[in-house]
Amino acid sequence: MRLTQGTFSFLPDLSDTQIGAQIEYCLRNGWAVSVEYTDDPHPRNTYWDMWGMPMFDLKDAAGVMAEVTACRHAFPDHYIKVNAFDSSHGWEALRLSFIVNRPKDEPGFALERQEGAGRQVRYTTRSYAADRPSGERYGAD
Amino acid sequence: MLARPASTLDIDALYSESRIGEMLEALERDLIGLAPVKRRVREIAALLLIEKLRRSVGLHAGPPPLHMSFTGNPGTGKTTVAMRMASILHGLGYVRKGQLVSVTRDDLVGQYIGHTAPKTKEVLKRAMGGVLFIDEAYYLYRPENERDYGQEAIEILLQVMENQRDDLVVIFAGYKDRMDRFFGSNPGMASRVAHHIDFPDYAEDELFAIAGLMLERMQYRLSDDAAAALHDYIALRKSRPQFANARSIRNALDRARLRQANRLFEARERGLSLEQLSLIEAGDIRASRVFGTEGEGQ
Repeated sequence: MRLTQGTFSFLPDLSDTQIGAQIEYCLRNGWAVSVEYTDDPHPRNTYWDMWGMPMFDLKDAAGVMAEVTACRHAFPDHYIKVNAFDSSHGWEALRLSFIVNRPKDEPGFALERQEGAGRQVRYTTRSYAADRPSGERYGAD
Repeated sequence: MLARPASTLDIDALYSESRIGEMLEALERDLIGLAPVKRRVREIAALLLIEKLRRSVGLHAGPPPLHMSFTGNPGTGKTTVAMRMASILHGLGYVRKGQLVSVTRDDLVGQYIGHTAPKTKEVLKRAMGGVLFIDEAYYLYRPENERDYGQEAIEILLQVMENQRDDLVVIFAGYKDRMDRFFGSNPGMASRVAHHIDFPDYAEDELFAIAGLMLERMQYRLSDDAAAALHDYIALRKSRPQFANARSIRNALDRARLRQANRLFEARERGLSLEQLSLIEAGDIRASRVFGTEGEGQ
């Protein structure tokens, strides 16, 4: 099941040229771009691991693309996303975040039902990938 | 031969479109002296223009080598020319953004193991799409300490200079003799730097013209006596140690401004005319310790 988190996730995967163009747009707006990765695809997992520091004062997308390439090289079977943070007063928030790398095989999520008191049912989702310990979740076999 | 009329048109269009003429004219106008430097910049600009034209008609000779080395004494205009060079490269489309990132050893080399690579890469990322200006580049290489982290910075630089030639241009700057030694002990670096430009020291009349230009920008005027005093000052200052060409002149003028302000302040009961506010008198310059006896100051 294809993971749909962040901007552009319902579109086909972006090519490197397209990713570069998006980063270019972020830098033009003065946003700080950062790269993050994870192998826990749960939608409530907001804390992905940082790939280096957020990059301030960049003028050109080539610097970010070099980091994206390096991160892909280190974690070919992880989710990798590019974030753009707007530090201007009143925003101080992420303005754009999109996935730039995903595992070849995405097993998807199970819906679990828990019966509570008085026939009440509580629902939760669980990623099949998260059954295995971190680091062995994708492409281990 | 048939293509000749068309390509003649092309070069004119490219010339005016890249605004390279304007930039070279501004270089000629705003920088005094430096004739050999201007000639080299012109040559490089011509090479880049022709290379671009060749590319547009499908003639390929690989990307032209763009990394440069500026050598010369302090205050001879290396940084200023680097800035102009960045806008020329930007105008011709050899760098995408055209910013100039000026760094020294401290910005590239870390303080402990594993600190240098991220630091250097950080700087390189900031310079992508523009020009990286490394001032006093020879400090990167310290042969007396084999564990010096400068070598690591040099290796990362070399790698990027070679593999990402489209992304940034590196300009090394520093004293001539030390740069020669730096390139001598880093043959990999020397072979990747294509253009070596040497900045000559300014002659006395050139320094005087520079002073005139600076004063004009700061909206000051010299009285006739003061102009004579400045002539004498330049001749004396030039023979002193630690003479830094245009930078020394700027500092001298800043001190003259200070004395002028002090003089006006002390004579404030007598009232001030608009004229006096921007006039520097001979006394403001002659008070410099350069005119003093040998024992006074240094």
